[in-house]
Amino acid sequence: MNDMKRDNINSTKYDIPPELEGKIAITTLDKIYNWGRRSSVWPMMFGLACCAIEMICTAASRYDFARFGMEVMRPSPRQADLMLVSGTVTKKMMPNVVRLYNQMPEPKYVVAMGACASGGGPFKEGYNVVPGVDRYIPVDVYIPGCPPTPQALLHGLITLQRKIDAQSIKTVRWYRKEPIEAIPVPVLGPDILDPRQVQILKEMAQAKQSEQA
Amino acid sequence: MSDQIATSVLENKIENDLVARFPDYVSLDERKGYSGVLVRPEKLVEFATALRDELGYDYLSSVTGADYLPEGKMETVYHIFKTTGGAGLTFKAQFPRDQAAVPSLFPVFPGADLQEREVWDLLGIHFEGHPDLRRILLWEGFEGHPLRKDWREPFFEDESKPFKNRWPEGRIYRAEDKNSFANNVGYPEDFDPNSWVEDKDARLYESLKRSIRLPASEMDTDIVTVNMGPQHPSTHGVFRMVVALSGETIVSLKPVMGYLHRNHEKIAERNTFLQTMPYTDRLDYLSSMSNNFGYALAVEKLMGVKPPERAEYLRVIMAEFTRISNHLFAIGSLLNDLGAYFTPILYAIEERELILDVFEAVTGSRMMCNYFRFGGVARDLPAGMLEQMRKIAFDRLPGKIDELDLYLTNNEIIRARTEGVGVLTPEQAIAFSAAGPLLRASGVPYDVRRADPYSIYDRFDFDVVVRYHGDAYDRYLVRIEEIRQSIRIIQQALKGIPEGPVQVGKPQYQVRVPTGEAYGRVEGPKGELGFYVVANGKPNPLRYHVRAPSFINLTPYETMCVGNKIADTVAILGSIDIVLGETDR
Amino acid sequence: MDGKGIALGMWVTLKRFVGTFTDDIKWLGKRYYTVDGVAMRKSTEVRGIFTVQYPEEKLPVPEEFRYVPFLVYDEGENGEKQPRCTSCGICAKVCPPQCIWIERTVNPNTGRPVPEPKSFCIDVDICMNCGFCAEYCPFDAIKMDHDYELSVYDRHKKDIYDLTKLLKPVSYYASIRPVNYAREEAAWAKAAHKPLD
Repeated sequence: MNDMKRDNINSTKYDIPPELEGKIAITTLDKIYNWGRRSSVWPMMFGLACCAIEMICTAASRYDFARFGMEVMRPSPRQADLMLVSGTVTKKMMPNVVRLYNQMPEPKYVVAMGACASGGGPFKEGYNVVPGVDRYIPVDVYIPGCPPTPQALLHGLITLQRKIDAQSIKTVRWYRKEPIEAIPVPVLGPDILDPRQVQILKEMAQAKQSEQA
Repeated sequence: MSDQIATSVLENKIENDLVARFPDYVSLDERKGYSGVLVRPEKLVEFATALRDELGYDYLSSVTGADYLPEGKMETVYHIFKTTGGAGLTFKAQFPRDQAAVPSLFPVFPGADLQEREVWDLLGIHFEGHPDLRRILLWEGFEGHPLRKDWREPFFEDESKPFKNRWPEGRIYRAEDKNSFANNVGYPEDFDPNSWVEDKDARLYESLKRSIRLPASEMDTDIVTVNMGPQHPSTHGVFRMVVALSGETIVSLKPVMGYLHRNHEKIAERNTFLQTMPYTDRLDYLSSMSNNFGYALAVEKLMGVKPPERAEYLRVIMAEFTRISNHLFAIGSLLNDLGAYFTPILYAIEERELILDVFEAVTGSRMMCNYFRFGGVARDLPAGMLEQMRKIAFDRLPGKIDELDLYLTNNEIIRARTEGVGVLTPEQAIAFSAAGPLLRASGVPYDVRRADPYSIYDRFDFDVVVRYHGDAYDRYLVRIEEIRQSIRIIQQALKGIPEGPVQVGKPQYQVRVPTGEAYGRVEGPKGELGFYVVANGKPNPLRYHVRAPSFINLTPYETMCVGNKIADTVAILGSIDIVLGETDR
Repeated sequence: MDGKGIALGMWVTLKRFVGTFTDDIKWLGKRYYTVDGVAMRKSTEVRGIFTVQYPEEKLPVPEEFRYVPFLVYDEGENGEKQPRCTSCGICAKVCPPQCIWIERTVNPNTGRPVPEPKSFCIDVDICMNCGFCAEYCPFDAIKMDHDYELSVYDRHKKDIYDLTKLLKPVSYYASIRPVNYAREEAAWAKAAHKPLD
């Protein structure tokens, strides 16, 4: 309720006569638009590993994130705004993560919670681990820690809210004229194959063939 | 000391008896530090049948493999126990690396099903006679068998840690910058992206079709295949089930795992023994202290150290608090899945938060405790902590558990949804190697703390909780009652805890572990958690395997679900209580 | 099946619900945003509302809490920083995921090592907060921090912590871990008074 106060919403250029203060607020469209969006971010129920337990504890009674408007955790990506990637992303799971990201409607945000989602974490050297989910999908906020305590996660979510506050309708991605491209889904071959990197593979195969020839 | 001599004489007696009984194909394992018998691979099924029928060893607990590259051999290692209790037997089959094939033990012990698939997947040992030998933790097109000693991962830096390029000339770099794809990938030399075709789970669906058991009915109905996919609100993590339905009745079900396979065993082969301790926290991430306990027991068996008294009491107290915290979460999430959206889990998490406060104050972290060391625990309790633990165990928890019991156990909706659902008979439970509350709710009173006591559990007075119907409701009841028994143990331990040191000797980061193998097991909250460690004198282990109860408890999952409705899969999975970190390691 | 079980369950829930209001009244409005209120909600006698309202009320972390590591420096007379680290490399060797990179300074004239780190980097995206580096450092130079408010927008620039970000004064360390600090100071003092063999 703090940010409903007049001072945050009112832009300071206009004076409101005293008898109308509290009944009228003069603000910019951006502020109202962002205030509405940041106060009701709906996370997707997407827990992968240990960080998911800390996410559940953040949703539970002690560190309630319903106070931030986020208690509606939707399992369906079509109804969610925020993908909280909590836990290690493995190669076997990566195609599903990208597919879910593509299915989320705009505006959408991604928060990489924990060391594993940010940069592979302690399991980075493994053969089945993707070193950070930002190899495939764009991430807005990174929260380090293994696992981040619920208070650290809440701090990360507040950081995301601040990022949303700084956006402007004129420059957001989803109101531009060009269509937004879906991220190509990686394929599981002898190792995970990112379709955006097939070109490099072909060049390498070509170079090897010409070397052997 | 005399106990140790007595048990080793007894074990040798069992093994000598076996050698005397089957002289042509059983011999003692003579390697230094090793125990058990070696069996010729072609007689494995005969030997296993004899063990089960004539000698009473009916519970095959663990099936794993090991790769001995310098000798050019591989072996499969089996740990088998009696449900009446006791130390059990280890037997192995050895064969050359380039002809890695053994007969499957599936006809004798169905519980070997998923474990043999894992050995095939990670080590490349072929099991003849296995009905459905597919990869389980990795996907079908994957190149190579990762746990083999000559297989290198894309981010490979050094054979073992510590890596030489971190100090003294440690110029920081990101591992992905050294890979041409800026990612943790590597492709075989002859890979051609133009001509390669994607697999799309063909073998999985084929195996699903083959195992369809249709109910007798006059109508000719269609079979619908439903993927309850890795992202699902009630699958306890990234677990996938492929279900074949006739109407709403399940006719076949195949679990698919590996979406959280984090290469724990390969990483542990590169780590030194102490460095693996924080990684064990992340196996069953809801109960990190009991994972630490199992691993510390296994390595202490190899080293031959025994922790001081105060450390033993602290270990038991922490392990039992972990059990309570895990069961609270399990009950809460079972009810969450049944539809009592969020109220029971909120009440359960409130109590769990108080226990996590204790963990945070003692060890430094709520969940990844990293508290046990070889020869004791890491540090002593801070001031005032004993008092806080007493308040929780004596004043708060008993009343709160009674309140939970009062408001959930007789609830008509819970009873209607879980009574008679997912029934597992005692014979099936033993044959499928089920463990923990799953086994005890089916009427088999097997609890490692009583059957093969470790640490100081033989000093405490507690009951092994058993129920006899084997359905989901009984598993829920077993868990509530186990919380009460754990509170009883904690109360006794808090009354009797002595003063003293908490670690044997000075804290050392380079532990000297003699050559040998050890299997250390504890009764984790989900079942028997075992660690099989093989050391060869180097600072890092030669082979390290985790006997994960959640993984093996999924073996009877198909049998429990067939014949029930699709909505019951959720209730049954919630009552088995799996954690994906442990299932997939 | 007469509904008695459901009625009992609802009775328990109703009791807890009403209890939250009566508990608020008992505290006469001082239950929230006060130190006593937060302390009560962390104790084992908590009744009523259990929520700790971050960021206005932060639950204090216990002394042993470990998040990312930091390096300790002693403050010299002119305010100069004297890091305790001698770049012995034990923390880099004992770190399980190997996330510490240390470059030891070499005296350019003699070519022999100098006990100071030329560069010391920790990759926070790999660190698993296990605390081994702090546990096995023989010089009490690296310790685990309590600061958990570390979220960033761009990890490639911000998530590798080098000496500038890691060095913190010993007064900070004493303020977050008083019991450990007192014990270590006593041990150093005792060792300093020991006669040389």
